[in-house]
Amino acid sequence: MAEKMTLIMFSGDMDKALAAFNLAIGGASIGMEVSMFFTFWGLNIIKKNEGSMKSKGIMRKMLNFMNRGGAKRAGLSKFHMFGMGKWMMGKLMKNVKSPSVQELMVMAHQSGVKFIACTTTIGMMGLGKEAFIPEVDSYAGVATYLADAKDGRINLFI
Amino acid sequence: MKADATLDCVGLYCPMPIHQTANKLKELKTGQVLEVLASDEGIKEDAPAWCRATGNEFIGMEEQGGEIKVYIKKTK
Repeated sequence: MAEKMTLIMFSGDMDKALAAFNLAIGGASIGMEVSMFFTFWGLNIIKKNEGSMKSKGIMRKMLNFMNRGGAKRAGLSKFHMFGMGKWMMGKLMKNVKSPSVQELMVMAHQSGVKFIACTTTIGMMGLGKEAFIPEVDSYAGVATYLADAKDGRINLFI
Repeated sequence: MKADATLDCVGLYCPMPIHQTANKLKELKTGQVLEVLASDEGIKEDAPAWCRATGNEFIGMEEQGGEIKVYIKKTK
């Protein structure tokens, strides 16, 4: 059986997602069974860019309006500068032909990396499955993550 | 060095060279040699490390004017 690698994607920051997908693709390339558990702000990375923000209640509506998500909307954890820093980083990455978060995400999934979305956060935020990209393999909770992480040779919290 | 296939990763950065190497090696038969062309220095350490991790054989490396050639034998 292949060795396991798990990543908890807690952050929704673009730079952290880049590093995480890089690791996931690397893990898959050395034959590891990789899974990424998206929770809290990390869920933004696997939301559809054009996803609906439908949810019930004024607080959830406000939250989902401000926290729209989608990989292309992910900002930098540092020097974001209302998007200017991100735009510049994007230019620099293009210059060296470095793939974007969205491209890395597709690559990771094609390499067999499993995407798991946290149902607890989804419920709290009042979102439905239609808010997420079709690449999400399963919707689950802590036991699913721990069952993988228990056998994991590499377990990371991003 | 003689190779059975060549993969051009010039201009690409991590994780692209190892990702593409892993995919390309799947197309080769056991015993065949893959030549990887790269420009990112990281490949010098990454290619042997990738081979250690996957059980394939790192045969050698050549460097000429910024272009790095890495040779990997498929043994897995």
